[in-house]
Amino acid sequence: MTPAIETEGLTLRYGHFTAVGDVSLRVEAGARHALIGPNGAGKTSLVHALTGNVPATAGRIRVAGQDVTALSQAERVRRGLARTFQINQLFRGLTVMENVSLAILERERKTRQFWRSFAADRAVAEEAREHLAFAHLEELADRPVRSLPYGSQRLVEIAIALATRPRVLVLDEPAAGVPAAQSESIFERINALPRDLTLLFVEHDMGLVFRFAERITVLVGGRIMTEGTPAEIQADERVREVYLGRRGHHGAA
Amino acid sequence: MRLIRIGAGLPLLLAAVASFFLFPEYLSLLNTLFILAIFALAYDLLQGHAGVVSLGHAVFFGMGAYTAAVLAAHGVTEPVVGLLAALLLSGLLALLLTRIVVVGNDLTRLLVTLGIGFLMLEAANQARWLTGGADGMSDFTMGPVLGLFRFDFAGETAFWYSLAALVLVYAFLWRLTTSPFGLALRGIRENVRRMPAIGAPVRRHLATAYTISGGIAGLAGALLAQTSNFASLDMLGFERSAEVMMMATLGGTGSIPGVVLGAVGFSYLKDALSAMSPKYWHLGIGLVLMLSVFVLRGGIAGGVSALLRRLRGRG
Ligand SMILES: Nc1ncnc2c1ncn2[C@@H]1O[C@H](COP(=O)(O)OP(=O)(O)OP(=O)(O)O)[C@@H](O)[C@H]1O
Ligand SMILES: [Mg+2]
Repeated sequence: MTPAIETEGLTLRYGHFTAVGDVSLRVEAGARHALIGPNGAGKTSLVHALTGNVPATAGRIRVAGQDVTALSQAERVRRGLARTFQINQLFRGLTVMENVSLAILERERKTRQFWRSFAADRAVAEEAREHLAFAHLEELADRPVRSLPYGSQRLVEIAIALATRPRVLVLDEPAAGVPAAQSESIFERINALPRDLTLLFVEHDMGLVFRFAERITVLVGGRIMTEGTPAEIQADERVREVYLGRRGHHGAA
Repeated sequence: MRLIRIGAGLPLLLAAVASFFLFPEYLSLLNTLFILAIFALAYDLLQGHAGVVSLGHAVFFGMGAYTAAVLAAHGVTEPVVGLLAALLLSGLLALLLTRIVVVGNDLTRLLVTLGIGFLMLEAANQARWLTGGADGMSDFTMGPVLGLFRFDFAGETAFWYSLAALVLVYAFLWRLTTSPFGLALRGIRENVRRMPAIGAPVRRHLATAYTISGGIAGLAGALLAQTSNFASLDMLGFERSAEVMMMATLGGTGSIPGVVLGAVGFSYLKDALSAMSPKYWHLGIGLVLMLSVFVLRGGIAGGVSALLRRLRGRG
């Protein structure tokens, strides 16, 4: 089967510094695929390059077999590749409902309309409510995002991405910065996503990774160190070394 | 905030109509206020809604003024035709300029729009054969509006003509800012980095906003040229660009009724303070601007909504 994401020699340099080096990654369709690695390993940089947030220095990227290397970030979103951010990127002054509605309106190319009220668009409002219900945000729908507790803001981050109706969703530390109890419930939501949606997620908490991932890629120094099933990764001496050696540094960045 | 946004249009309109009867000697001043309100609304579509600044917006105002004046001087004297032509040409100019304005960040945008302003001023100055250069243009006569209403000395026709334009622009922008496109502009203002990640064509949105804003600014300029029978270089100069920014800030950028009040308040202050002494004008407007940013937080509109919140909190 065609993989959902396939990269060939993907490289991202910031000046002379190679943040992502020659990464060839394959994420199967419908996968629950984790991307792990110590702080500064280049995970976020890889997500940037993959989604077009930062143009890659070299390499090729295919989404569902289609070469998207030359496409802009927005065009990749239209091909079904969405992402969330490690550090919230929300429309803070808008309500939760408006945040999600905006993503729907952009997807439907309705943002060209300026002669009707967006709030009066029933179809959009209904769909937005569905995404909010999924993310357990219904009660907060009319609150400005900036007034929400951080954990809820992380869920808005995901709800916005879902509203683009992705085929592949890349989650960069979806539970970054929230207390352990809440990261559970965020991952519980992620786990409830439909199986035909391919998930690639970055996560530091090994407990969560081993529970939710079916496949794990380990990134160290911008390069893939190894890849395997949770059992294989758990048994890998080198992975343990990388992690044990740096345990103290695993904060949310 | 929402309450004021929807509710303030009607009282403002009533106040405008009432002023016709209350201040019959000041009709031409009121006419100018309406025109500046239109200009400020046009500008604030960019600053207040899309969150992008411009220091050269008078270019479009001046473009509209000269379009109307040149047309009238060449025999197209029906005002509404002149207005539409000004709207289209200024919008077109804005569209052509979007490529260099939309790229970059706020600082580069300020510098680029400032530069465009200087270039256009010099271009208008050099094109004496068309614009009259530094002398301006005044040898044209406007026909009656729609062939029916002649401009009179008291300024009654001008008053209603500009007020009608203001009402249309107000309604149009109010509709626009509550539309899907308006939401996308607010998205750009709130987080321009997230927009491409939801598939949004940010440049296209900004180009559209810039074109609409430029077109309406041109319409305001045309109104001024037509009702004052004059077009001159100061209509596209830096001072006018800076003033429109101050009007929006004073009124409360992002709020349509607020910006209208800002334009009125600014012009009133300018008039009153300059009458005392030019010194007072600069001192006064300096203090008022500080006050509207640091104390009122969000200008007049911000002050009013804070007041409403407090009243509601008590009641
Ligand atoms: N814009 C940038 N310019 C220069 N260097 C950068 C830039 N962004 C990231 N880096 C560097 O690239 C390296 C990889 O950063 P990245 O954020 O991708 O790591 P990460 O694996 O996501 O780390 P974390 O687990 O802390 O989120 C780091 O050394 C970082 O300092
Ligand atoms: Mg990271």
